Amino acid sequence: MGTLKINRVILFFLFLGLFSSCNRIGVKEKSHYSHQEKILKIGTDATYPPFEYICGDTGKLIGFDIDLIKKICAELSYKPEFLVVPFDGIIAGLKQKKYDIIISAMTITKERLAEINFSKPYYLAGQSIVVRIDNREIKSQYDLKNKKIGVQLGTTGEMTVKKIFNTTVISYDNISSAFIDLENGRLDAIVNDIPTNRNFVNKKSDKFKIVGNVFTEEKYGIAVRKEDTLLLEKINNVISKLEKQSYLTKLKKTWKIE
Amino acid sequence: MENRIIDIIIKEILLFYKIIKFLIPSIPITIQITLYSFLLAVILGLIIALFRISYVKIFQIISKIYVDVLRGIPLLVQIFFIYFGLGKILKLEQFTAGVIAISICYSAYISEIFRAGILAIPKGQYDASKSLGMNKYQTMRYVILPQAIRIIIPPISNEFIACLKDSSLVSIIGMRELTRAGREFYSQYFVDFEIWFIVGMFYLIMTAIAAKFARYIEKKLEIP
Repeated sequence: MGTLKINRVILFFLFLGLFSSCNRIGVKEKSHYSHQEKILKIGTDATYPPFEYICGDTGKLIGFDIDLIKKICAELSYKPEFLVVPFDGIIAGLKQKKYDIIISAMTITKERLAEINFSKPYYLAGQSIVVRIDNREIKSQYDLKNKKIGVQLGTTGEMTVKKIFNTTVISYDNISSAFIDLENGRLDAIVNDIPTNRNFVNKKSDKFKIVGNVFTEEKYGIAVRKEDTLLLEKINNVISKLEKQSYLTKLKKTWKIE
Repeated sequence: MENRIIDIIIKEILLFYKIIKFLIPSIPITIQITLYSFLLAVILGLIIALFRISYVKIFQIISKIYVDVLRGIPLLVQIFFIYFGLGKILKLEQFTAGVIAISICYSAYISEIFRAGILAIPKGQYDASKSLGMNKYQTMRYVILPQAIRIIIPPISNEFIACLKDSSLVSIIGMRELTRAGREFYSQYFVDFEIWFIVGMFYLIMTAIAAKFARYIEKKLEIP
C-alpha cells in the first residue's frame, strides 16, 4: 500500500513537471514574437559558394545571396532568420511554410513558377562546363555525349543535362561532392552555374578548368509562396531601389561574380 | 461539386501511377545492394566471429579491434570515408563503394551474433564430438554451427531487414536506388506526401517479404 501511494505522488509530480514545462515553452514563444521586430524566415542551401556557404574559418553563413537578403530585410525592417536546407526539398519546404522566402541562387523556371512566385531577377547566370585540367576531349557542350556528367540534384544544371544530352548523369546532394569526384576521376565533366564553377576552378586552378561558353541564360530570383503577393511586391521594390543605387553591382564586385 | 471530387481522385491516381512508374526501375538496385552487401557481411561476420573464439591470441585481438572500431562509427560516415575519403586511391564506383561500406559495417554486428550463437552451444557438445574422434574443423562444421544457426536465424533476419533499410543511405553518394529516385521525383515535381508515402510502402513490402521468408526458414530448421 505504502509504495503505491509513493508511486502516485511521483507520478503526480512528473505530470506537473510535464505541464509546467509546456507552459514555459508557450510563454517563451509568445514573448519572442511580440517584443522583437517581425521575423522573416529564409531557406537556403548553404553549399553553393560564393552565393551561400558556411565559412570554413568562422562557421558562419555568408555569401552574395546572404548579404543581399540581409540588406533587403534591413530595408523592410525584418529580422532575418536563416534555415539551411537541402536544395532538392527547398520548394516543398517553402510551400509547407517552414520558411517564408528562398534565396539560394535559384533560377526562375517555368516548372518552378507553377509552384511558387519569383521576385525580379537579381543575377544573371548560365550553365557552364568544368573538366579536369588534362582533359582535351571536351571542348563544348556538344562533346558531352556518352560522358559521365556530375550535377546537383534538383538544379537547372541537372534539368539541362537530362533534357539535352543522352548521357550518364550523376546527381549529387551538393556540388562540392561532384567536384571531389571530378578530381578523383569518377566524372568526365560537371555542368553547373558559371559563378560557382568559377569559384571552384579559381580555388583549384591546377586541377580544373572551364571549357566552352555559357550555354544557357538563367536568372536568379527570390522565391515566395504564391499567396504572399504583398511580400513579393515589397521585395521587388527593394530590388529595384538597390539596382538604382548600384548596390547590386557593388555587391557583385565584393563577391567577384560580375 | 461531385465532379470536382472525382477530378481530384483521378488526378491523385494518375500521380500515384506516375510516381510508381518512376520508382520501379530503382527497386532492383536497392535489392541488389542489400543482397550483395548482406551476403558479404555474413561471410565476413562468420570469419570475424571464428577469429574471436579461436585460441590464437592475435586473431582474437584483430577481431576485437575490428568489431569495436566498425561498430562505433556511423554507417553514413563509413560510406563517405570509403567513397570520398579513399576516392583518390581506390576510385570505387558508387555501387561497389556502397556495398563495401554496408557489408563491412554489418559484418561487425553479424560477427557478434555469430559469436553469441556459437557460445550458446553447451560445452558438452564439444566434449562429445571429441570423444567421437572429430577434429576441430569437423566439430565446428558438423556439430556446433548447425545448432548455432538455429539460434542465429532470428537476429540475423533482423539484421537483414535493418540492412535493407540502411541501403537507403547509399543515396547520399548519388546511387540511384529507391530513396534517391524518390528524392529526384520530389525535386522535379515538388509533391511531398505522395512520394514519401509510396517510397515507404515499397520498403514496407520488401521488409515484409524478407520477414516472411525468415519465418519460413526458421520453421524449416525447427526441431520437430
